[in-house]
Amino acid sequence: MLLLALDTATPAVTVALHDGESVIARSDQVDARRHGELLLPAVDRVLAEAGRTLDAVTGIVVGVGPGPYTGLRVGIVTAATFGAALSVPVHGLCTLDGIAYAAGQAGLTGEFVVATDARRKEVYWARYADARTRLTEPAVDRPAELPEQIASMPSVGAGAALYSGVFTDVREELPQHQSAAALAELAAEKLRTGGEFLPDQPLYLRRPDAQVPANYKVVTPK
Amino acid sequence: MARKADEPLVLGIETSCDETGVGIVRGHTLLADAVASSVDEHARFGGVVPEVASRAHLEAMVPTIQRALKEAGVSAKDLDGIAVTAGPGLAGALLVGVSAAKAYAYALGKPLYGVNHLASHICVDQLEHGALPEPTMALLVSGGHSSLLLAPDITSDVRPLGSTIDDAAGEAFDKIARVLHLGFPGGPVIDRYAREGDPAAIRFPRGLTGPRDPLYDFSFSGLKTAVARWIEAKRAAGEEVPVADVAASFQEAVVDVLTRKAVRACKDEGVDHLMIGGGVAANTRLRAMAERRCEDAGITLRVPRPKLCTDNGAMVAALGAEMVARGRAASSWDLSADSSLPVTETHVPGHEHGHGHDHDHDHFHELSKDNLYS
Ligand SMILES: [Zn+2]
Repeated sequence: MLLLALDTATPAVTVALHDGESVIARSDQVDARRHGELLLPAVDRVLAEAGRTLDAVTGIVVGVGPGPYTGLRVGIVTAATFGAALSVPVHGLCTLDGIAYAAGQAGLTGEFVVATDARRKEVYWARYADARTRLTEPAVDRPAELPEQIASMPSVGAGAALYSGVFTDVREELPQHQSAAALAELAAEKLRTGGEFLPDQPLYLRRPDAQVPANYKVVTPK
Repeated sequence: MARKADEPLVLGIETSCDETGVGIVRGHTLLADAVASSVDEHARFGGVVPEVASRAHLEAMVPTIQRALKEAGVSAKDLDGIAVTAGPGLAGALLVGVSAAKAYAYALGKPLYGVNHLASHICVDQLEHGALPEPTMALLVSGGHSSLLLAPDITSDVRPLGSTIDDAAGEAFDKIARVLHLGFPGGPVIDRYAREGDPAAIRFPRGLTGPRDPLYDFSFSGLKTAVARWIEAKRAAGEEVPVADVAASFQEAVVDVLTRKAVRACKDEGVDHLMIGGGVAANTRLRAMAERRCEDAGITLRVPRPKLCTDNGAMVAALGAEMVARGRAASSWDLSADSSLPVTETHVPGHEHGHGHDHDHDHFHELSKDNLYS
């Protein structure tokens, strides 16, 4: 097994290679404005570091969000195109699940919430029973409108840190953004145990912004 | 291998607006032109909605690549290169195509060529009428652009002579169609009504044609206002709006200015070929008037078939093939989409050949001017 994992749903441009046993190479860069430029060079670097080539990969793992759309699509279209070109499966995973898994690896136990920055004063969030068990569908909301019970839980992710006035138990020492290494380990575990994956399609959660133009402007002076 | 040098097999990807296009060419020969359009999804908004376009590109990308390969009957491993529109266009839409092209080229171990959308519109004519004369004069007219370009070498030297100072020609068609309640897009429907109307019925203004106006620039905003005002006056007077006459007279004003300036540019520059491309090149009146005026001036007119005039992947492949044939530098893996790529940058070569995009540039939403990434 050789899995190439990538995720562009958070400010991180993150890539990892997993050989079925462990992560053998990884690259994590945080630059919320340059996913498109940074992703392919990162893939190239990770493969070179591991002394492998892309055609040895047996599966692609991709975080399908939720996340800001422009960046999110970079990772998903890259994963889908790799999958098609190499004729290997593309395994989609909820981005928040990767962050939850990383939080578990860092020692967090018990119930918690993962929240990332959705911009426009909102967060993407989901609630977890533990690092592997998500209890709610991912959602997008204004932090102030979250139930008190959610906001007071241990919280992980840049979305929680950004609204620390609402989230009262922010675990700032835990990962803020996605790590493809955690995503790859989660995927490898699921492949071993027959767990389920998502299709390689974005979790947008919001309808596209589309203003219907008002009727044409009247130009005749009154 | 002589064949490879002369007739490179190239796949081109185009996602600058609302068409997901994947084309495959061998040199000047068109092998496949697969297009998935999201135009119907935009119709109810009266214009292209960037986020809707980007979502549609992502969905259509891989299936359209596969459809093109099947249509061409070639194997991806035989490709000599992958070309992609790097700009100009809608930033988020471009980024889907650029990311896919990079992944595809990387996975196949092929060189990548990020190319200019406008230069591609010109180069596509090689698939229809063979090698472009050098130089070629080009008039590009669509919903996104109205430009007069002089191209001594389509792979390295394209010079802007003039462009619209306000609306693109295609936009003016869309707006007048909206005023007349004819729906979106406006080009084809105005063309259809105009055939039943009298182009001389109403004398609408010809923008920027005065003695002191710039010779090769266009302006359609004043025309648009004049047409809207004329229609409103009719409506205010309780009279019926003669839709066919308005359409014909409006179209006549647009086409008159476009062809007059294009022919003038050919004469001034001593160029005996004019190519017309872009979606508005499908307009029947534009074709007819350009034919007559070019003939009168001794200029050879080249207009590709309508399907090659609108945005498509074949035009990108055509320019990519020319890049390969002329040994132009490939792009780097950090190629980015550049929504305002200048027309003078015919392609985006990699850093080792200098000229990289190392400046810190952002991606702005065309309408809101919001940074897409912030
Ligand atoms: Zn175009």
